[in-house]
Amino acid sequence: MDFVVEMKGITKVFPGVRANENVNFQLKKGEIHVLLGENGAGKTTLMNILYGLYQPDEGEIFVKGKKINIKSPSDAIANGIGMVHQHFMLVQNFTVAENIVLGKEPKKSINLDMNKAVEDTKKIADAYGFKIDPNSVIEDITVGQQQKVEILKALYRGAEILILDEPTAVLTPQEIEELGVILKNLVKEGKSIILITHKLKEVMGMSDRVTIIRRGKVINTVNTKETNIEQLAEMMVGRKVNLVVEKKPANPKEVIFKVEKLEALDHRGLLALKGIDLQVRAGEILGIAGVDGNGQTELLEVITGLRKAKSGKVIINNKDVTGKSPKEIIESGISNIPEDRHKRGLVLKYSLAENSILGMHSKKPFANGIMMNYAKIKEFARKLIDEFDVRTPNEDVAASSLSGGNQQKMVVAREIAKDPDLIIAAQPTRGLDVGAIEYIHKRLVAERDKGRGVLLVSLELDEVMALSDRIAVIYDGEIVGVLDAKDATENDLGILMAGGTLESQSKGGVQ
Amino acid sequence: MNNTGLPIIVALLASTLRLATPLIFAALGGLFSEKSGVVNIGLEGMLTIGAFFAVYGSFKTNNPWIGIIFAVISGAAIAAVHAFLSIHLKADQTISGVAINIFAAAITSYLLMVLFNRQGQTDGVTPLYYPKEAMQSIPVIGKFLGELNWYVFIAIALVIVTNYIFYKTPLGLRIRAVGEHPKAADTLGIGVYGIRYLCVILSGALAGLGGASLSLSNTNLFREGMVSGKGFIAIAAMIFGNYKPFGALWACLIFALADAFQIVAQGLGWPFPTEFYSAIPFIITMIVLSGFVGKTVPPAADGIPYEKGEK
Repeated sequence: MDFVVEMKGITKVFPGVRANENVNFQLKKGEIHVLLGENGAGKTTLMNILYGLYQPDEGEIFVKGKKINIKSPSDAIANGIGMVHQHFMLVQNFTVAENIVLGKEPKKSINLDMNKAVEDTKKIADAYGFKIDPNSVIEDITVGQQQKVEILKALYRGAEILILDEPTAVLTPQEIEELGVILKNLVKEGKSIILITHKLKEVMGMSDRVTIIRRGKVINTVNTKETNIEQLAEMMVGRKVNLVVEKKPANPKEVIFKVEKLEALDHRGLLALKGIDLQVRAGEILGIAGVDGNGQTELLEVITGLRKAKSGKVIINNKDVTGKSPKEIIESGISNIPEDRHKRGLVLKYSLAENSILGMHSKKPFANGIMMNYAKIKEFARKLIDEFDVRTPNEDVAASSLSGGNQQKMVVAREIAKDPDLIIAAQPTRGLDVGAIEYIHKRLVAERDKGRGVLLVSLELDEVMALSDRIAVIYDGEIVGVLDAKDATENDLGILMAGGTLESQSKGGVQ
Repeated sequence: MNNTGLPIIVALLASTLRLATPLIFAALGGLFSEKSGVVNIGLEGMLTIGAFFAVYGSFKTNNPWIGIIFAVISGAAIAAVHAFLSIHLKADQTISGVAINIFAAAITSYLLMVLFNRQGQTDGVTPLYYPKEAMQSIPVIGKFLGELNWYVFIAIALVIVTNYIFYKTPLGLRIRAVGEHPKAADTLGIGVYGIRYLCVILSGALAGLGGASLSLSNTNLFREGMVSGKGFIAIAAMIFGNYKPFGALWACLIFALADAFQIVAQGLGWPFPTEFYSAIPFIITMIVLSGFVGKTVPPAADGIPYEKGEK
């Protein structure tokens, strides 16, 4: 067999974790091979070993049949291995061309030959059909384009074997499609590709073979054609997974939350919300569907007190909280699972115990006057950890040391523990694996059934459709339609999300 | 200083350039260090060490050029300590810098006793020879050139060289990459630690040279306290100049102008108290540091130790 990469018996131990245990992995020439596994399963560790960022404790690596020792990324690059990291390794204030040639710069005597750098960039970009301006600065281009720069960086160094770590996590559906085409082209050019992901849909659409890793061990390697999503999910998680959200019909009661004619500016001073009207009833999930950047972020910021409204009202339990401080808003019964758990959901350097009471930190029993009561705080944190199945050694570790899924469980636990009337869930499952998504979905439905209102905002249409009882579509700062989830089809929502109108839409009747 | 017969503007400009010189050296030093991602608040101490060893070298050999070499080596040596602490041991860079400042003041005071057997200041030594008469004989700008010294020319040349290194050479691209996103550089096979060591040590060498320009020019001796905050003003100038060599040059010139103006203005007989003039440089520094000049952008990874293999 002609394997371009063969990893044999790889074991890597971090303090307290066996990240890889006797892992065998083989990459055929010219295939797209997915490494599938939950967050923290050890996929990225294995690839970091192949790329020389980590040294394995045991095991051997063969590239094109030759046993090699990869001590650093330079060794990997010299052996034709390139890696596109999940968090891009791009210098933000450098141009595209500067980023691409960095470390392997074209020279004219002792000078950096910037003209040649730009030319070389154009040449490989053209060769693989990438549309990109070598002179634009990284911070000015879209995430999708930045990813192309990362791929070009590897190609510029003569990579034959490309590793992409969670490449679709940050892309829009259109960009994901484009990436699929790019990868197929690369394979046509004779490259071999390793794709790290936990998204099952993409595995089926993009790959030739799949290797499934669970808790550091290889479970199986299968041909994509001979498997299906359910089978893969089961191998990945280790048990049968319910990919459909199970829920009873909603039993909505009175309106507990209202937004009336809300207008607000975005950070550039342009009108981002143009008179939003929304109502959420107790015991229902209202989903907001929309393409990113149509006012979702601004809407949530105004509701949670992080952004000023220009006009209009936010009302919870018949109380006007427009323009109130976040603290008052929380106390009025709104809790918030924020879009970005790293920026707004958690203080990463704080312990889990401290994170578990954020927003309640000044309240009894966690605080007594100016003193914190750590015994009570830890007890409370342990309770949440138990109840929400947060996987952590104890409540004293920093939030940053947990996997994304467990971090999000902690945020959800805290927000539910505030006993709110309305839970705002913004992209509650972004970047999470199937197991964690299933859990958080279940939990949100459970809170609905307890009689709370849930306002769900998500860019994943599948998620909105699976969870919501009613779906409001936001387009260009306006709610362009509210549909009953039973009647909503992907096609109808898609038309509304793109700014179109539905023939069958009855005027005002669904509001 | 012999300013008699000089138009006041010429005297002011020449004085500005002379006063700016140590600041420029130190600011360039600061730039190398911070561009690579290591905060260097120890410039003050490195200037002090350089100023002392410049005099000592000249005193021992009677050759001011050897004194300058002493200054450069001693500055680099003390910077190597800062580099080891902040790059290898990942110590807090501000604390390491402050420690160097305190250490420099103490060690020079001690060595004054040991090496010169004196307190407060050294004996006078051979200064760096500058052909004043020859310069003055140059038409038109001769009078102005006559008031300068070699350091002025070296400093301005180094601004150009530094700018060239940062923005025109592969090394400069790598230095900036290491200061902005060390992990990105690391994944491309660039030695982050090596680049940072090089830059911090260069930083000390430049500050040492700055020290020499202070002690081995107009005065030809080392006096305790002669650096008096110039290292900190250099840091302010570097920030004011938005972490760019020419920006730092202009900033150093503005600070030095304020300083020179203070000296010249006191001789003008305007009806202001002398305290007013003395306060001018500090008022300008405060205005600058309070962000009056707009936002400057430090390198993204400035001051953050790089840990290989960190998640």
